[in-house]
Amino acid sequence: MNRIEKVFQNLKQNNEKAFVPYIMAGDGGLETLAEKITFLEKAGATAIEIGIPFSDPVADGPVIQQAGIRALEAGTTLKGVLAAIAEIRPIVHIPLIFMTYMNPIMAYGIGNFISDASGSGVDGLILPDLPAEEEEIIAPVAEKAGIEIIRLVTLTSPLGRIQEIAGKGKGFLYAVTVNGITGARKGFKEELGKHLERVKEVSPIPVLAGFGISEPQHVKEMNQYCDGVIVGSRIIELFQSGELVKIEELIASSKIEEIKL
Amino acid sequence: MNAAYTLPDERGHFGTYGGRYVPETLMQAILELEEEYKKAQADESFQKELQGLLKDYVGRETPLYFAENLTKYAGGAKIYLKREDLNHTGAHKINNSLGQALLAQRMGKRKIVAETGAGQHGVATATACALLNLECIIFMGEEDIRRQQLNVFRMELLGAKVVGVKSGSATLKDAVNEALRYWVTNVEDTHYILGSVMGPHPFPMIVRDFQSVIGNETKEQYLEKEGKLPDAVVACIGGGSNSMGMFYPFIKDETVRMIGVEAAGLGTDTEKHAASLTKGTPGVLHGALMYLLQDEHGQIQEAHSISAGLDYPGVGPEHSYMKDSGRAEYESITDEKALEALQLLCKLEGIIPALESSHAVAYALKLAPQMNKDEGLVICLSGRGDKDVETVRARLGGKGQ
Repeated sequence: MNRIEKVFQNLKQNNEKAFVPYIMAGDGGLETLAEKITFLEKAGATAIEIGIPFSDPVADGPVIQQAGIRALEAGTTLKGVLAAIAEIRPIVHIPLIFMTYMNPIMAYGIGNFISDASGSGVDGLILPDLPAEEEEIIAPVAEKAGIEIIRLVTLTSPLGRIQEIAGKGKGFLYAVTVNGITGARKGFKEELGKHLERVKEVSPIPVLAGFGISEPQHVKEMNQYCDGVIVGSRIIELFQSGELVKIEELIASSKIEEIKL
Repeated sequence: MNAAYTLPDERGHFGTYGGRYVPETLMQAILELEEEYKKAQADESFQKELQGLLKDYVGRETPLYFAENLTKYAGGAKIYLKREDLNHTGAHKINNSLGQALLAQRMGKRKIVAETGAGQHGVATATACALLNLECIIFMGEEDIRRQQLNVFRMELLGAKVVGVKSGSATLKDAVNEALRYWVTNVEDTHYILGSVMGPHPFPMIVRDFQSVIGNETKEQYLEKEGKLPDAVVACIGGGSNSMGMFYPFIKDETVRMIGVEAAGLGTDTEKHAASLTKGTPGVLHGALMYLLQDEHGQIQEAHSISAGLDYPGVGPEHSYMKDSGRAEYESITDEKALEALQLLCKLEGIIPALESSHAVAYALKLAPQMNKDEGLVICLSGRGDKDVETVRARLGGKGQ
């Protein structure tokens, strides 16, 4: 069983919610990656999403764009990140999921990348510019190697399409909570709760909400409807400003179950 | 490549190129666009409205002009100019902008977003939006805003909001990134009028079809004047819309050579060029698999050209396909040669071409002498040079002579 499936099975058994933080590999230098991963694991992260920088990240807002630029300026490459992951993998127990765009992978060579990623201990892949229509270019070879393609559904996806995508999905389903790009927001559309409930209803795999989630309040709000959250831009900002305690608090906010009478 | 040419396939692929590499949030919008486009194609009243506007508003058909002085100068094949520069707004871009604005109207979308490089597509889109009373927001790189200030003012006069883009090289590529981000955020009431034969399916097909009026007219006009088809058609390539519009109607006519001319900038042996087909490798950018200028790690490289409209590190998927299949040939011309050709056309024919189109003129000047006098070639003169006068003046040190 893939690490992602295993970790969600455990959460379910313990009636817990997932918290998946996102970090940009190479932001602050690739040598800080291992440190960040071990910190997040210790703070209680369910899995970690590791961004691979790309020059033209159309799904990302300013915070992740800037993190990507810093990582590229520090000389980060996909090859370098794979080597760093291989090195730290033996002491990290939670799933590590790459998030990047198609082009760095194509330049690496899809087959080579999957085989090297699998060798390094990468468990999953999130590719925001790969909709269901194009996934056959990489999904079969990835899944054969035990790397799960985490599929995204959005507010604009019709229910039938969500059902289809969720049906093929592996690991968990990434439910995008806004029309837009990554980055912190103050609030969400009123109908979001209903939307997430519908996604949850049709999905045979766990549903995690992501995009725009930045406060403990958001985490609690989302967790009413789904199986956990993904937080990106806010985590990057907190690492930038050195507010590690706030990262711990944010992760902890997903652990506190409200007492029901 | 022959009578059976039916690309793109139903998934929007040209061989391995093209496709729909976009965030899931946009999938519904592009599926809906494809659906609506199919309906519009079959809808006589839509076609009639578009034809009417192209005739009475844009001023089509544009002339196919025999450039006798240029022909004599080059000493070889007869050179014709397809005068897209005479279109309303000064370039071929309006053919597509009007078509897509009408499509947006059909879809009930009253807001338009677009990117622009030289500003030609931005001006054309702002124009179409003014005409059809649509709200219009244009993303443009800060570097291009600097180079094309008059076009910025034109767009604003026409009622569009122009937003500067500072990220990356602050040119066309970055303007497309921002336009895509804006579209993802406002997809429910906004249509994206992409300006070239690039982006996710169905854009490369839609833009090609709307621009095919160029090649269709050329074919008829050339037949009328010469009683045969031209031996070659030559057009400049940034994203590739004017060239695709010229080429597509000739795809099945195998005797017609199709030559796309990319911007070689300071030279294809330097890092300052925009020759994606000549020097690039396949990859995914802005929703499609196509030839790109990229480093070994798949990071997109900055393109360079004296002409803002060619300053793009990719090239449409259908061109990418035709390069591999060999149906079209792709060459490149440096900034310097384009500038020379611009001056030459001014002096010999009294026509100030856009810097973009000057690349096609420069290549035609190389090609014509290699051809026989009874042969003929057509240059797609995609735009007029008014917008470039300032750039050219600066390059020539203020001397027009």
